[in-house]
Amino acid sequence: MTQREAGPARMMSTLGIAGFCSGLALVGVYLITQPRIARNQAEALEAAIFRVLPGARSREALVFQRGELVPVQAGAADASGGEAVYAGYDEAGRRIGFAIPAEGPGFQDTIELIYGYDPARRRIVGMQVLESRETPGLGDKIIKDQDFVSSFSDLGVTPEVVVVRRGRSRDNEVDAISGATISSNAVVKIINDSNARWLERLPAAETEPER
Amino acid sequence: MPEVGWRELVWIFVAASIVNNFTLSYFLGLCPFLGVSGRIDTALRMGMANTFVLVVTSVCAWLLNTFVLPYAPYLRLISFIVVIASTVQFVEMAIKKLSPALFRALGIYLPLISTNCAILALALFQTNRGYGFVEGIVFALGAGSGLTLALLLMAGIREENELVSLPEALKGAAMSFLIAGILSLTFMGFAGLLSGTA
Amino acid sequence: MSTPAQTYEELAKGIWRENPVFVQLLGLCPALAVTNSAINGLAMGAATAFVLLGSSLLVSSLRNLIPKQVRITSFIIVIATFVTVADLSLQALAPAVHKELGAFVALIVVNCVILGRQEAFARHSVGAALADAAGMSLGFGLALLSVGTIREVLGSGSLFGVDLFGPHFEPWVVMVLPPGGFITLGLMLAVFAHLRARRERARKGAAGTLEERRVA
Repeated sequence: MTQREAGPARMMSTLGIAGFCSGLALVGVYLITQPRIARNQAEALEAAIFRVLPGARSREALVFQRGELVPVQAGAADASGGEAVYAGYDEAGRRIGFAIPAEGPGFQDTIELIYGYDPARRRIVGMQVLESRETPGLGDKIIKDQDFVSSFSDLGVTPEVVVVRRGRSRDNEVDAISGATISSNAVVKIINDSNARWLERLPAAETEPER
Repeated sequence: MPEVGWRELVWIFVAASIVNNFTLSYFLGLCPFLGVSGRIDTALRMGMANTFVLVVTSVCAWLLNTFVLPYAPYLRLISFIVVIASTVQFVEMAIKKLSPALFRALGIYLPLISTNCAILALALFQTNRGYGFVEGIVFALGAGSGLTLALLLMAGIREENELVSLPEALKGAAMSFLIAGILSLTFMGFAGLLSGTA
Repeated sequence: MSTPAQTYEELAKGIWRENPVFVQLLGLCPALAVTNSAINGLAMGAATAFVLLGSSLLVSSLRNLIPKQVRITSFIIVIATFVTVADLSLQALAPAVHKELGAFVALIVVNCVILGRQEAFARHSVGAALADAAGMSLGFGLALLSVGTIREVLGSGSLFGVDLFGPHFEPWVVMVLPPGGFITLGLMLAVFAHLRARRERARKGAAGTLEERRVA
């Protein structure tokens, strides 16, 4: 199959048509898949929020602008790493607390997590690691070790969360996972840094009385 | 976006070059890793050419991500590829003009940079992690240094092993991979560097 | 037009004699990065197969319309389109798998296997190109599946997520980590090279036995 040397017009038009068809195909597939992808992401995020805020039935995304928390405009990029938090509400519509996403360096790579915080009692009520590349069998125990994870379901934050080696004595202490000290420390450091940023921005009580 | 302080930038650089070395940890840039390594000076030049392309790609990716792609995110892959191919083309022409000796030394490897998955991976990682302008450049420099380091180590070891007698089946690519495995193992020792214990 | 025997030959070639991973040493980045479990390796193989078959079909159908000078650019546009489609589809239909594979689905676009096949077969008929693509896809998929299986069984004690050895098995964790990937692939390459060399010697037969004894 011989091909004559094509002139520049032929080359340009070929590339132009190729680009155009490609663009069409991509737009089409994108439009078809976007709703599904957005739904998947929303479901995953919601599952995580409800996990770390026990009793939550609905949520609302909030950003901190000009000194106060305002709801995120619909369609804006979803929160990651410190831009927004999520308020969780129970069935009666009362706010239970805030789910705060945070991230930071772990042992192997960045760890992304989300934790629930109850400002009325000033306690952390749950924590879930979202993304991590920690060592399988060791560092990934921050996800799998139930004792470690459950130590975040009722954790004091003043003055800050502290990691200890042998048993918790105070309510702001977390027991490190043996063999995964650095990963455990990383999780706590991420939470402490995030608390330093967010805690004073979060209102303790709503306008209506509760509890 | 968390504020970018010095500590973040140092972490990005160290992570990309040593802790999560692009070649030994993420398996990127293996084609040049296998092909070029064998001569230390070629490895060094290849590494530096790659680093330059990485930095340029990082800047272009940031420009695209900030100004163009929010309107058409599905064009991300195509635009990145086009940018990379053009950058490599441009670098090739520039080297040819500025240093013909270098051009001859690098030979076939220059066009191969565009199929180096490390370059595209850098653009994609940078996008996923939401790096800004400065973070992106530091990331590219770190990744490039890491790639160069891996290439140099591999070249040095292979140069030393040139006269070692090996079973026939192990010669060539198999041996390179076993060496790479041991290198990767040693680099795992860097894990936890700068992770900052409380 | 090719006969069934020729078509079979094209297919088999991709699996064994010219296996893209073990023989041609192409597409190594995904072969190591996503094979820390069998299911990931299989998913990656499937995604790559989709892109390879689709691109081959399109490129060989249009081979007479694409001017020679812009063929590489055209190939890249086609491949990048298919990869983006695969990426979006995977994200919509199987978000968990997509999260495991990460950016490596997008990296299929620089997988040398695909561009290489377009270059080699763009001038041939659609049938031949498809057979070749199918063979290469099968070979690539099998390669990834085998590496993934070894690494998962040894490194996690499971296969496709099913626990094999019970709770007292101490998995060889390094296998699912980067060094394990390199070492597994290195050893498999050695095995392949050894098997191929043996076949060569068997084929050469009686001729040149003295030569061979000196080399071995």
